[in-house]
Amino acid sequence: MAVKDLFKQELKIINMGLESFYKDLRSQNVSAVQVDWKPKAGGNTKMASLLGKLKKNQ
Amino acid sequence: MEDLITTANRKALEIIQNGQPTLIGLSTAAEAIPGMHKHLILHAGPPIKWSRMSGPLRGAVIGGLIYEGLASTPEEAMELASSGKIEFDPCHHHDAVGPMAGVVTASMPVWVVENLAYGNKAYCTINEGLGKVLRMGAFSEEVIVRLRWIEKTMYPILKEAMQIHGPLDLRNLIAQALQMGDECHNRNKATTSLFIREMMTSIMKTSATQEDKLAVLDFLNSNDHTALNLSMPACKAILEPVGQVKHSTIVYTMARNGTEFGIRVAALGKKWFTAPAAIIDGLYFPGFTMKDANPDIGDSCITETAGIGGFAMATAPAIVQFVGGTPADAVNYTTTMYEITTEEHQVYKMPAMNFRGTATGIDIRKVIETQILPVINTGIAHKDPGVGQVGAGVVRPPMACFEQALESYVNLLEDEGLLE
Repeated sequence: MAVKDLFKQELKIINMGLESFYKDLRSQNVSAVQVDWKPKAGGNTKMASLLGKLKKNQ
Repeated sequence: MEDLITTANRKALEIIQNGQPTLIGLSTAAEAIPGMHKHLILHAGPPIKWSRMSGPLRGAVIGGLIYEGLASTPEEAMELASSGKIEFDPCHHHDAVGPMAGVVTASMPVWVVENLAYGNKAYCTINEGLGKVLRMGAFSEEVIVRLRWIEKTMYPILKEAMQIHGPLDLRNLIAQALQMGDECHNRNKATTSLFIREMMTSIMKTSATQEDKLAVLDFLNSNDHTALNLSMPACKAILEPVGQVKHSTIVYTMARNGTEFGIRVAALGKKWFTAPAAIIDGLYFPGFTMKDANPDIGDSCITETAGIGGFAMATAPAIVQFVGGTPADAVNYTTTMYEITTEEHQVYKMPAMNFRGTATGIDIRKVIETQILPVINTGIAHKDPGVGQVGAGVVRPPMACFEQALESYVNLLEDEGLLE
């Protein structure tokens, strides 16, 4: 399917990350789903590193 | 490495799933609780000295010393408490749990719960009801009179009634109540009703006077939280053996002393990981606001640690009228708890969740990875001694407790040569 055909179809949007993108779409009556996603350990590198140590040597 | 942890956690969950908490009778704290003596006061949460105790815990200590006859006025009690002649120790260090301030003194009657699958016991005082009560930090004359009535009148009747009745399966009682709209932390209406139904004839068969028997039944019936002091030791009895599972990342204690929140993790044994307790966002009684609230207090979140309480709020939609929010919030709370736990309970099922088992076995790795903290519903005590309850709400533990525990766990494995 050509990329341009995509824009002739109804969009099915899943937004990850910044919720404002999702809210902008909703305010324009575009249906979208917001994924409740956070980086591992909320971006705390020390905690992510500790978790990583436990996942090594599987 | 994951295999080692997975195997350890499977063992921890096996202990939780197989636990058979059973009410086997009543005794006094002095007779039953290991290490209990006249000058020892047990309290909720992690260890704390008198000088750092919050208002409601101080209030309950004052009441406890007056009740024991060790002091005759609040001033005398405070002087004694700060003199160093009174020993303070967490309930959790003595196989016990206590709601809110959690104060237990030697003469207090306690429910005795045995985990028949593993042979360990757990203890909890008899719930005093709502309003001005010791566990909320009140110590006025009516509080002391009620405690003495519980000891002198209610305790002998309940003890005899339990001897007539025989052991009572608390896992079954909780499982039934979860299907009747209780989550067994702040909503205990069904559990209490079932317990009274179970005990009614045994109480009436005791040798006490008709007047006293009816007074005991009236007291049990007038207090929707009667069964909280059964579900708490039931959860404690289930979880205590988990504290001996090597290398397991499962949380087996969450508790607050009104100043700090503390957790304990299976692999890390008896070590507490603490951080300042939070102020609770909730519904306040008329005339009170968050400014009146003491930080989070009590051992009652042993229920959430075992996967009920806040974790089972979906099955108790009516609770939102007490702690705030909507029934949809209750379902969301329950649903998110599956993200940080290991299994679904095989016996504790929730009709509103299509009979899904409650989220069981909090894993510190999952809490850190997802940043989702356990949800706890709880009563709110006034920050000053002697006032009592001012509301109820929903609260979370500090993330710092879990961060410290994870770091300590990784250090432990490194020390054992199990990590590079």
